[in-house]
Amino acid sequence: MSTQDMVKLNYRVYPEDFAKAGDASSNTKKVLKKLGIPSDITRRAAVATYEAEMNIIIHSSGGEIIVNIWTTKIEIIAKDCGPGIPDIDKAMQKGYSTASDHVREMGFGAGMGLPNMKRCSDGFLIDSKGGEGTTVTMIFYIDY
Amino acid sequence: MYLYEIRGILDAEVIAGKSRMDREVEFAFGADLMSDVLAFVNERTVLLTGLTNPQVVRTAEMMDIAAIIYVRGKRPDAASLELAEENGITIMWTPYTLYTTSGILYNAGLKGIDELGVVK
Repeated sequence: MSTQDMVKLNYRVYPEDFAKAGDASSNTKKVLKKLGIPSDITRRAAVATYEAEMNIIIHSSGGEIIVNIWTTKIEIIAKDCGPGIPDIDKAMQKGYSTASDHVREMGFGAGMGLPNMKRCSDGFLIDSKGGEGTTVTMIFYIDY
Repeated sequence: MYLYEIRGILDAEVIAGKSRMDREVEFAFGADLMSDVLAFVNERTVLLTGLTNPQVVRTAEMMDIAAIIYVRGKRPDAASLELAEENGITIMWTPYTLYTTSGILYNAGLKGIDELGVVK
C-alpha cells in the first residue's frame, strides 16, 4: 500500500442470520492478512469485528460493518438501525447481557462483547440511544 | 506440547487438519461460551469445548487458535469441519469429559492461561 492508498470494506449484516455469522469478520481478517498488517493487530481487529458482527446479528434489526484501512490505522464502524442500548454503562459491564436463551445455547451472550471490543481496540467509541440505532467505532493503530 | 502428543494422551480422533499435527501449543482453555474464549485466549492455546456449532470454529479462526478438542465424545457438524479445513484448524474429539480432559492435559504440562495473568 502506498501512503495515499486506502482500502474500504463494507458488509451488510442481517438480524438472526446465524448461518452467515462471522463472514464479515472472516473476510476482514483475510484482507488485513493480505495487506501484511502485523498478526497481533490483525487478530485484535478480527476479534473486535466478530464481536460487533455477532452483536448486530443477536441484538439489532440489521446493520452494517464498515472497515477503513490506511497505512497507519484501521477504523472499524459497526452501525445498526435499532433498537439501541438504553443504558450504555450497564452494557459495558463484564457479564451484563440481555441475550436470549437461544443465543446462549449458541455460545454467545456471556456479557463480554462490548468490554472485549474496548479491550482489543486502541480507540473505542459507542453512541446509542434507546429506540434508535447504535454505532460503535473502533480504531487500531498499525505500528510495524 | 505438540498436537500429536495431545491426540495420544486424550485417546482422541483427528477429524480435520490431520496434516498439521506438528504444531505446538502452550495453553489450554475450556469453555462452551465463545464470548469468554474471545475475551481470554491467545493464539498458542488449544480450545476444549462441548459446543458443536460453526461459531466455535469461527471463534478459533479469529484468534488464530491451532486446534479445537471436542469433549464428551461430541463431534462438530459438517459446516464446522469444512470451515476448519479452510482455515487450517485441527479438530479432534475425545471421549473424556471437560474436567477429565483438562486434568490429563494439565498433568502433562499444558498450562492454563491464568498463568499469563490475563484473567483478572
